[in-house]
Amino acid sequence: MTPILEVEGLAKSFSGVPALIDGSFRLEAGSVHALCGGNGAGKSTFLKIIMGLHHRDAGSVRLNGREVSFANPSDALHNGIAIVEQELSPVPAMSVAENIYMGREPLRSFGRIDFQMLNRQTQDLLDGFSFAIRANDLMMDLTVAQTQLVEIAKALSYDAEVIILDEPTSALGEAEADHLFEAIATLKAKGKGIIYVSHRLSEIFAIADHYTVFRDGRFVQNGAIDAIDKEQLIQLIVGRPLSEEFIKENTPSDKIALRVHGLAARRGVSDLSFDLHEGEILGLYGLMGSGRTEVLERLFGLSHEPGGRIEINGSEACIAGPKDAIAAGIALVTEDRKQTGLVLSASVRDNLCLSSLGALSVAGYMRRNREAEQAANMTSLLKIKTASDALMVENLSGGNQQKVVLGKWLMTAPKVLLLDEPTRGVDVGAKREIYRVMSDFARAGGAVIMVSSETEEILGMADRVIVLRNGRNVGELERAALSAEVLLHLAA
Amino acid sequence: MTTQSLTIGNILQRYGIFIALAVVCIVLAVISQNFLSTRNILNVLRQTSINGILAIGMTFVILTRGIDLSVGSVVAFAGIVAASFATTASTGMVAGGPYPTLLAIAVGLAVGMSCGAVSGLIVARFQVPAFVATLGMLSAARGMTLIYSGGRPIPALTEEFRWIGTGSIWGIPVPIFLLLGTFAVAHFVLTQTRFGRHIYAVGGNPHAAKVSGLPVKRIRFTVYVIAGALAGLAGMILSARTGSALPQAGIAYELDAIAAVVIGGTSLAGGVGRVTGTLIGALLIGVMNNGLDLMGVESYYQQVIKGILIVAAVMLDRSKNKQD
Repeated sequence: MTPILEVEGLAKSFSGVPALIDGSFRLEAGSVHALCGGNGAGKSTFLKIIMGLHHRDAGSVRLNGREVSFANPSDALHNGIAIVEQELSPVPAMSVAENIYMGREPLRSFGRIDFQMLNRQTQDLLDGFSFAIRANDLMMDLTVAQTQLVEIAKALSYDAEVIILDEPTSALGEAEADHLFEAIATLKAKGKGIIYVSHRLSEIFAIADHYTVFRDGRFVQNGAIDAIDKEQLIQLIVGRPLSEEFIKENTPSDKIALRVHGLAARRGVSDLSFDLHEGEILGLYGLMGSGRTEVLERLFGLSHEPGGRIEINGSEACIAGPKDAIAAGIALVTEDRKQTGLVLSASVRDNLCLSSLGALSVAGYMRRNREAEQAANMTSLLKIKTASDALMVENLSGGNQQKVVLGKWLMTAPKVLLLDEPTRGVDVGAKREIYRVMSDFARAGGAVIMVSSETEEILGMADRVIVLRNGRNVGELERAALSAEVLLHLAA
Repeated sequence: MTTQSLTIGNILQRYGIFIALAVVCIVLAVISQNFLSTRNILNVLRQTSINGILAIGMTFVILTRGIDLSVGSVVAFAGIVAASFATTASTGMVAGGPYPTLLAIAVGLAVGMSCGAVSGLIVARFQVPAFVATLGMLSAARGMTLIYSGGRPIPALTEEFRWIGTGSIWGIPVPIFLLLGTFAVAHFVLTQTRFGRHIYAVGGNPHAAKVSGLPVKRIRFTVYVIAGALAGLAGMILSARTGSALPQAGIAYELDAIAAVVIGGTSLAGGVGRVTGTLIGALLIGVMNNGLDLMGVESYYQQVIKGILIVAAVMLDRSKNKQD
């Protein structure tokens, strides 16, 4: 079988620093091919060269046997290669149809847009893949998951032969993800070639036919997914054997760190009660929109629904805002590190110190030595890989950025750590570091609430799980009773 | 990961504005023998002092992703009100003057801070875009100036008050000391204090700043009060220098202040910039004006050249950010 896309020896350096040394890849029609590698393995550079965002230094790209070099993503798109980016870029105030067919709207006389036709063809497209979205909905009214589906539909609307999906499930719950996988199966049946990039290995094993691993900018190995198991794949990605994926050495105590009674929060969360013990990792599981993030936001004072009682170490806590929460010993690692976790234009050190400025200053005057010292502590504790802590945090890989957010909160010496999707978009190596930090934090008597869409992460790390559905507690499970089936069954 | 090496690009990036100022100075020194005279240098610095002080206040605001369009009007308002406390003429706005100079100065600063506080409140508390809120203040402060003065200048300011604008210490004009003093304090606040860190964080990512427990609203509010206070100071220097306060003073001063900030490398997107850059930016504008004067270039052409300079500075900034 001849491949649709064949890439050999692709290389690219940025101001003398090689980002990609030997990128090679072979994609066959009617198959899903997973592109695997840690942060910094060269995957993004590889994809950007194919899409015409970067110019290669060396190597060849052949599409259907023909040597190609695209000037820009739109050039690639018109030649049959589409990418669905990790970061979405919709025009929020326009409709779904306008977004999908932007720049190629069906026209009537005098350049007027034929909205009837536009909406009809969009609806046909969406229905064809059974995406439950209306063509004339405004983008800003959609959930993140729906926005993602629209982006995918947009790629499909170009009738592309090769579709690149870059972390498509990073913002999707399991039900939505399953929907996506069905769509991918349809595409495959229609003979499309799909390049699938994801840090979630379970997904790769569920939907991919082939894999290719990059490491440190080089092609390492490829093959059929049936011929490899998860352990071996991780080993290829990381470059060394990993004994276990999860690290869990904490044991919950009897002492209650946080008691929540009758709590209300946004998205219809109501009457939620639970205890959180010292040394415990409590999983909060639910589909997108089940209210899991909202519970954390309420506990941290980012929203103020009346009703409910929050007790910390036995006394009622009045939390009007993040400042009170921090003072009460609560820390929140938010879901989206770029939006709400980091000041990207500031240095690693400034980000690490951001929530501890009070403790690091005397009468408003910053103690720079203490800042430097504390930042250095966190950098080594979390093994943050950076040339210097004066480097802008924007230049760090996703995994290291996440560690910076975690470090910022650990510096406040919290008692209760709230983690919202702590390992989203993070490579296998950094994931392990984050699990180790969670485990150590709980082992030292800290209490953790972890929200995660990844069933495996919940199974691997949580001592106890509360399952939310439509803002209600629909089940509480001890670690011994946990299984993926039970969680999904309760959540859906 | 990027390595920070001392390539020519990096040096240009970091010190481009200093190099530009040096080059302009050298060129002017060669072309005109008057340029390097002590008198001319002091003259440039004195002329720069008002825009420099305004631009330093503007830097605080722009660092938080804001903008203050009202500083020119506040210059006039604070200048007029302070002058009414320091005039020997019996114009009748404030009876029984002249009052002690310190009181007049305190009143001028208070007027500036009040205008800033109103803008700050509207921006921080009511979430009105800074452009709109301060556009409103631009108009309102000018109107209040005209109401307060009846549209007439306030002449005959006391010698003591005039010292702010015309006096000198060790042969160096007082406005230069005020500019350098303002710069030193601003530099200290932005680089050494907790409040400075807060400003950069709020400008860099207000959401993250909020989640990190920073008092985002209070920080936003405070930067407008600072800009207002400095506009008040600048207004008093201006009326002290001319000897009488004019209700139409300071028109379009905000534009030169913004230009100095932008030329100095502070990002309008917030979170990035230094007050050192602003000072150099203000000096660059001042030196260019002075040099073009010395060369006999008409003021109409000067405006065109200034326009090109502003845009070129930002274009340079863009191109270096887009290297990869």
